[in-house]
Amino acid sequence: MAGTIALKNTQAGSSVATRPAIAELAWVKWLLVTVSLGFLGVFLLMPLAAVFVEAFRKGAGAYFTSFRDPAALAAIKLTLLVAAIAVPANCVFGLAASWAIAKFSFVGKNLLISLIDLPFAVSPVISGLIYILLYGLHGWLGPWLVAHDIQIVFAVPGIVLATLFVTFPFIAREVIPLMQAQGTEDEEAAITLGASGWQTFRRVTLPNVKWAVLYGVILCNARAMGEFGAVSVVSGHIRGRTNTMPLHVEILYNEYNFVAAFAVASLLAMLALATLALKSFFEWRSRRPLGAAPPCAGADASAPIPVEDLSHEH
Amino acid sequence: MSIEVRNITKTFGTLVALHDVSLVVPSGQLAALLGPSGSGKTTLLRVIAGLEIADPGSGAVLFHEQDVGDRHTRHRKVGFVFQHYALFKHMTVFENISFGLTVRPRRTRPPAKVIRQKVQQLLALVQLENMADRYPSQLSGGQRQRVALARALAVEPQVLLLDEPFGALDARVRQELRHWLRRLHDDVHVTSLFVTHDQEEALEVADQIVVMNEGRIEQVGTPDNVFHQPANEFVLNFLGNVNVFHGRIQKDHAVFGSLAVDVPSAGAAEGCHARLLVRPHDLEIDSAPGSAGSLQARVFRVQSAGPIVKLELQTEEGQHIQVEVSHAESKRLDVQQGTIVYVRPRQSRVYVDDYSI
Amino acid sequence: MKFRFRQPSVLPGFGLTLGFTIFYLSVIVLIPLSALFLKSTAMGWGDFWQTVTSPRVVAAYKLSFGASAVAAALNAAFGFIVAWSLVRYSFPGKRILDALVDLPFALPTAVSGIALTTIYSRNGWIGRLLEPLGIQAAFSPLGVTIALTFIGLPFVVRTLQPALQDLEAETEEAAASLGATRWQTLRRVILPTVLPSLLTGFGLAFARALGEYGSVVFIAGNMPMRTEIAPLLIVAKLEQYDYAGATAIAVVMLLISFAILLAINLVQWQASRHRMGG
Repeated sequence: MAGTIALKNTQAGSSVATRPAIAELAWVKWLLVTVSLGFLGVFLLMPLAAVFVEAFRKGAGAYFTSFRDPAALAAIKLTLLVAAIAVPANCVFGLAASWAIAKFSFVGKNLLISLIDLPFAVSPVISGLIYILLYGLHGWLGPWLVAHDIQIVFAVPGIVLATLFVTFPFIAREVIPLMQAQGTEDEEAAITLGASGWQTFRRVTLPNVKWAVLYGVILCNARAMGEFGAVSVVSGHIRGRTNTMPLHVEILYNEYNFVAAFAVASLLAMLALATLALKSFFEWRSRRPLGAAPPCAGADASAPIPVEDLSHEH
Repeated sequence: MSIEVRNITKTFGTLVALHDVSLVVPSGQLAALLGPSGSGKTTLLRVIAGLEIADPGSGAVLFHEQDVGDRHTRHRKVGFVFQHYALFKHMTVFENISFGLTVRPRRTRPPAKVIRQKVQQLLALVQLENMADRYPSQLSGGQRQRVALARALAVEPQVLLLDEPFGALDARVRQELRHWLRRLHDDVHVTSLFVTHDQEEALEVADQIVVMNEGRIEQVGTPDNVFHQPANEFVLNFLGNVNVFHGRIQKDHAVFGSLAVDVPSAGAAEGCHARLLVRPHDLEIDSAPGSAGSLQARVFRVQSAGPIVKLELQTEEGQHIQVEVSHAESKRLDVQQGTIVYVRPRQSRVYVDDYSI
Repeated sequence: MKFRFRQPSVLPGFGLTLGFTIFYLSVIVLIPLSALFLKSTAMGWGDFWQTVTSPRVVAAYKLSFGASAVAAALNAAFGFIVAWSLVRYSFPGKRILDALVDLPFALPTAVSGIALTTIYSRNGWIGRLLEPLGIQAAFSPLGVTIALTFIGLPFVVRTLQPALQDLEAETEEAAASLGATRWQTLRRVILPTVLPSLLTGFGLAFARALGEYGSVVFIAGNMPMRTEIAPLLIVAKLEQYDYAGATAIAVVMLLISFAILLAINLVQWQASRHRMGG
């Protein structure tokens, strides 16, 4: 699915560029590139730039003052807390689900995979709504929670749950296809050598999928820290207590406190840029031959590597 | 429509794929570009088609004496058949074959009825009459290649270019299609040039063979020519099996152990290392040494192979020699494993470093 | 043949991992989602129907659908050009732009929401250029469409890139050798081949746009009957404690999203059938 690209080796497109019979006219290339740059410039770069320009509109002093506001600090803390819970939880789930799905064959496997993807199809607002219907005052479990004096919606637990929902599939859907492609041979070999299940998982399986896991983790984290719609519904917007950073941005903006709003937003934007940088890094790393992949049994290490043939000879 | 290539050089970065190559393929001929991997044969084919451009200033490609170097591929009227077919997977066989006709500008495009007729004719020609509505994914490799051929022929090309057309198929299908291509060419008579690394294929199918190596043409000739009168060691080695013996020049002879070959024109090369190259069927064996010198060897293996008997001999020094004799000959000598025989070349070539004799 | 739930395997941990997986899935996803559907059935058909056909709700659906479709179409057209340029050409800054394509995916929706509003409001960077032309970008359906285009951008580009990279150059060369112009090759050979990916990208962008909240609520202005998107209407109903109404609207939206995703899967399945083998 889009946005979470499977880590696969893609061929360089440059070979097409050197084939004269299927090259476009120069002006056509220019036009297409210009249109692309224009489109990306307006729709991508401008909003990104706007965040930082507006944040520093009243100077660096005003920018840094925004973070001294206790409500802002509380929002940052809450965001970090939610991410610190949601990401590891979904990571554990992702690994468990991948193990069950990729290493075994059972009835209903495809259905399970589709169900895991379900949260992607659900609008963020609806993701929050369902938790209100379940845990809210008039929800199914409402009376029971009130009786035991447990607050879920309009409190931190609700925010955590809603975040768990929207970030649910991220790690699983990166790791499952990779584990499926890798098969069960390595693990079976380890078992025959006497390793326990846990040892096998830790020392054989995990290293093989580490890039996919890291990739999923950073995407999950970005979404967990940045989720707005779902959290907005369940949080109750209680300033200083149940506001995450995105919600705090909304409050500041609605109060016309633009500089502060963009200042906090700029932190989130920097997080997004860091996420993209890490994503590119992991994609690049996963293309290199990793130490985890053992060489073919019996291959002669000193055998000459065939020279790449540039002239289409067979 | 003859094909001529004059002084073509083509470089990819630092790799020189073609070195000043010149060639003429007369009109109506079926010629083969034969050579090992990296010899430049596919590059040459693609330059002729316009899929690669020769280095600037380096020569010309002419169809029927007209320079087509400036023309884009789509205007060269070449039919190109790719090794992996390059069929349009989302189109039926019919749509694939009619493609070249349907992309013509309105003025020159034939009406639908004519197109349909033409496609039917071509399907009959390639013996795929009932496959018009199938998709490439539903066809076998051999069938796909025939569709690719029909598609290329549909635009009535002046030149047909095939890039290892049977390379992706298995041995039996390859054999069948090879003969089928020859018959097709006899019917259709389009000047054709095909690339192959399989010398058997070239020898069986082509009117003319162009042997290439490392970007250069080594020899051009009929199959008989290149096989029995190879221009140099490379051609000799590449086409067919060959035995190699090592020895020295002494006076007017090249001496290889107990075997001496007359080499009258080699006086100046006294003491130089010499190589004797003989094809398996050019060696004769006898149960006795004979008057002219011969090599003694023990029969290591006897293998009956259809009309001939293949013998593998081993000399005392451990060299293996391949000999082919007829069944009659083999019976006459009562050849069995372990028998001692004496080997002499009927016809051979001696190579002394740079020049052949 | 005896029914087997799973094939025997020498690897341990199946029970544990599957059990945990199903448990976690149920608690986080399945049970809450079923609460939604059960609540809507509790409503009774009459009430349900009345809610989802009331004028304000219908206006919200129309806006969400219309703007999402336009945005997805814009993304399909421009996304194709962007993907093509990224795959086939090299130009300065290409690597960075390629990485940035995922920005709408990584950037929190609230941040993009306020950034877009700032740009397109009356005295914003682009807004002030449009004002003299009489075009109001922010607080109008146009603004909603712009925000939804931003959101859907990565979906089309990222699904098209692998498809374009997988194109075999020989197929295009074959078309050229048969006399086709570059434009004809694009129309008759390239586009049909990547069409499934294009449709998938369109579908994903469309589905995402339908449910989008954060990026849109700032720039929309949220005027009922005019610039109120369906997700916002759900929130409005919740604030009035009209849980039933919110649920009804949500159920319809969810069913439509599922239908779109089903359609996408069908497109992909059809395409893979065609393409099996050479």
